[in-house]
Amino acid sequence: MNSNFNRHLVLALAIGVGALADTAAAAPVDDLLATYQGQGAGPFSATAGAQAWTAKHQVEGESRSCATCHGTDLTKSGKHAATGKTIEPLAVSTNPKRLTDPAKVEKWLGRNCRWTLGRDCTPQEKGDFVKYIQSL
Amino acid sequence: MRAAFITVLGTALIALGASGLAWSEHDDDDRGGRASAQDSRTRGDLASVTNERYRTECGGCHFAYQPGLLPAAAWGRIMNTLDQHFGDDASLDPALKDELLAYLDANAADRSGGKRASSFAAGKITGDGLPRITQTTYFKRKHDEVPIRYVKDNPQVKSFSACAACHPGADKGDFNEHQVKIPGVGRFED
Repeated sequence: MNSNFNRHLVLALAIGVGALADTAAAAPVDDLLATYQGQGAGPFSATAGAQAWTAKHQVEGESRSCATCHGTDLTKSGKHAATGKTIEPLAVSTNPKRLTDPAKVEKWLGRNCRWTLGRDCTPQEKGDFVKYIQSL
Repeated sequence: MRAAFITVLGTALIALGASGLAWSEHDDDDRGGRASAQDSRTRGDLASVTNERYRTECGGCHFAYQPGLLPAAAWGRIMNTLDQHFGDDASLDPALKDELLAYLDANAADRSGGKRASSFAAGKITGDGLPRITQTTYFKRKHDEVPIRYVKDNPQVKSFSACAACHPGADKGDFNEHQVKIPGVGRFED
């Protein structure tokens, strides 16, 4: 009787912890995608994000794309075009810290879209990039 | 009694060692630095970066330059034009910008009092546009014998702005010239 109760308790705890971990992993970036949806965007596509990743933009006499600094294999490190500083991999699979802080994601999408495209990205473009990074 | 004597002796030796270090610095920031990297710290070191927000925000794109590398006025000009930051838009939230500028200002080359910081504060900064560490009199004097092929034309370095590429202790504020290692070249002493 007692051991049966314990077994149930353990099971309940395990499910609880699992559920918590699930929420913790999914919530930050889902909130961000929901925000973009609230701005009229969606549904989002990792494929569209992948295509936009290597699209070249002429800005300040240079040809720029996301890959200029981050490379095309997001499981590998990138390199800042001007300073040469190493940029940690973007792929969530190799760098689990990615996409865990919505403010950070928004900040870098803001700055990097302005440098790369010469303008802000639309909520649709941002959502596609997030989906792409998430998918790797 | 004996223990007390040993303590006194030990203290005296440490004091002697410290004053020896101070003497050795009169004519060369880095003399005595041929020892291992662990032993190379001298009063020539710059105070390390202590503000984690500065390290995160500014160090995200480039070496997190110690505040003691530029005088306060120069940091003010840089931080108040972040939207045009050496060819990049590095804008920050105004409150965060103010916090980081306050940190840089309080620990700037002309405020921190360290030996190497004071050297950076002395002299002038040449060139148009924003003040650059690489355009300070002291930086130029310290790097004037470094060939271009070691830096600009070296794909592993690319720029004099990448301090840590050749100064292994740069992040800790250790720019001892006897510790310099140029990627693909090796040790270098001018």
